[in-house]
Amino acid sequence: METAVHIQKQAELKRAIANLSRRQRRSEWVIRLVGVSLILALWEAFGRQINPLLFAPPSRIVAAAVQVVGSGELWKYLSISLKVFLIGTGLGAISGVVLGILMARIRVLDLTLEPFVIALYSTPMVALMPLVVIWLGFGDQAKAAVIYLFAIFPILLNTYQGVKSVDPKLLEVAKSFRSPEWALWGDVILPSSLPFLVAGLRLALGRALVGMVVADLYTAVSGIGYLIVRYAQSIQIDRMLVPVITLSLLGVILVQGLRWLEVRVAPWQHSSHD
Amino acid sequence: MTIKIRVENATRLFLGGTVVAFEGISFDVYANEFLCIVGPSGCGKTTLLRCMDGLIPLSAGTITLDGQPITRPPEKVSMVFQHFGLFPWKTVFANVAYGLKVRGAPAAEITERVSRAIELVGLKGFERYYPHQLSGGMQQRVGLARALATDPDVLLMDEPFAALDAQTREILQEELLRILEQERKTIVFVTHSIDEAILLGDRVIVLTARPGRIKTVVRVPFPRPRKLSVVRADPQFGSLRTQIWELLRSEIAEAASVPP
Repeated sequence: METAVHIQKQAELKRAIANLSRRQRRSEWVIRLVGVSLILALWEAFGRQINPLLFAPPSRIVAAAVQVVGSGELWKYLSISLKVFLIGTGLGAISGVVLGILMARIRVLDLTLEPFVIALYSTPMVALMPLVVIWLGFGDQAKAAVIYLFAIFPILLNTYQGVKSVDPKLLEVAKSFRSPEWALWGDVILPSSLPFLVAGLRLALGRALVGMVVADLYTAVSGIGYLIVRYAQSIQIDRMLVPVITLSLLGVILVQGLRWLEVRVAPWQHSSHD
Repeated sequence: MTIKIRVENATRLFLGGTVVAFEGISFDVYANEFLCIVGPSGCGKTTLLRCMDGLIPLSAGTITLDGQPITRPPEKVSMVFQHFGLFPWKTVFANVAYGLKVRGAPAAEITERVSRAIELVGLKGFERYYPHQLSGGMQQRVGLARALATDPDVLLMDEPFAALDAQTREILQEELLRILEQERKTIVFVTHSIDEAILLGDRVIVLTARPGRIKTVVRVPFPRPRKLSVVRADPQFGSLRTQIWELLRSEIAEAASVPP
């Protein structure tokens, strides 16, 4: 039976590979843990020598975190920023995907828009902040627009790349089965470019997080940006570092989460056989 | 005999007319016949098949299906691809259902026809598998089921077994003959294997090296239903094989002496 034997062999091989990589991962984690502890210990030792007005060791940051988080202050300001973050990134993701597909599938759009998209992708969006403020003011609208601008281009370009790299053989199969263009989007183009899309979203989230803080600092000072500015101005370095570390944790969680998703949305790409 | 497909003076050029894939090809495909096309590589066999599916236009000449010119992929024609062309993100069931889904068939009809096609190609129980979990032979069974599910009159098969190992290829040739006993279809089968063409076909068209033209049409005398082992043992099989091989050998020698 070609089928049963084949599937059994595949399963055995997978188990063996899983065993090996588990052992390797364990040793990697040991090295990582020791290394990280060492650096934290050094930071602690030197941090205590420095004037507390200028710097803080980990122990004081943790103590400050307990207070800032425990009082609900952190969440209060973070949630304000996150709301705008979700709106800006969400709209950026949707319009980025749609524009990316349109550009990749329609030749006229491709040729006319490509130079603009590439130029805008390379433009540091901070430079457009004054314009956004002139157009939309200092409120949440302006903040969402800034985040949108930070987020849209990586998604747009990745979607575009993904759609361009759809296997032309599969497009021909679809054509042979008389698929109209609109049906191609759902049947072939989107599923095929899903890994690119998720990669684009991962890049966009990193940028959007920057956009969120920039927007908090350069429009009406509010949200998590306000918290940072307030603690900095009152020279509470330990407290000021709490929202900063929160932001980097948030970034790590979002990016790693999408990395995790990235290798799972297209299982067919990672399993080779024969 | 009714003519199903008529190819008249078909010519296809590439690269702005500098490369002639094939030129001045005319032949008829009769209803329910199994027609094989063999030729040296690069003679435009696959291109001809793609023109017959309406995927690319001819540069000159016409191809008609039931008297109607083919300008886009016809509903009553299905293609089986050398590269299988399965959607890796769809299950076996969804892959086989694809043609019917695109056509907007009702769900009940899809379920019924897809189950039937999957059973016909011997993949019952694998409906929920993904292509990458299947062997090459099983993947092409899916390709065949997908082509059959829309109940076409004509199957265009582009070297469907060329990517498979020798044993699997033989099993699938046998399977194809068995399936055709149950579902009579008109078949145009492109291959570079002379054996395969004789084992499966009612007639074999031998093409010349590029630019592809018809060199000869050979009639295969073996009755149906066929058994591969019986056909192989027949002395006529050997003589047909030699005859076609001689025709092809002169072409291949010529193709080798002329730069492409």
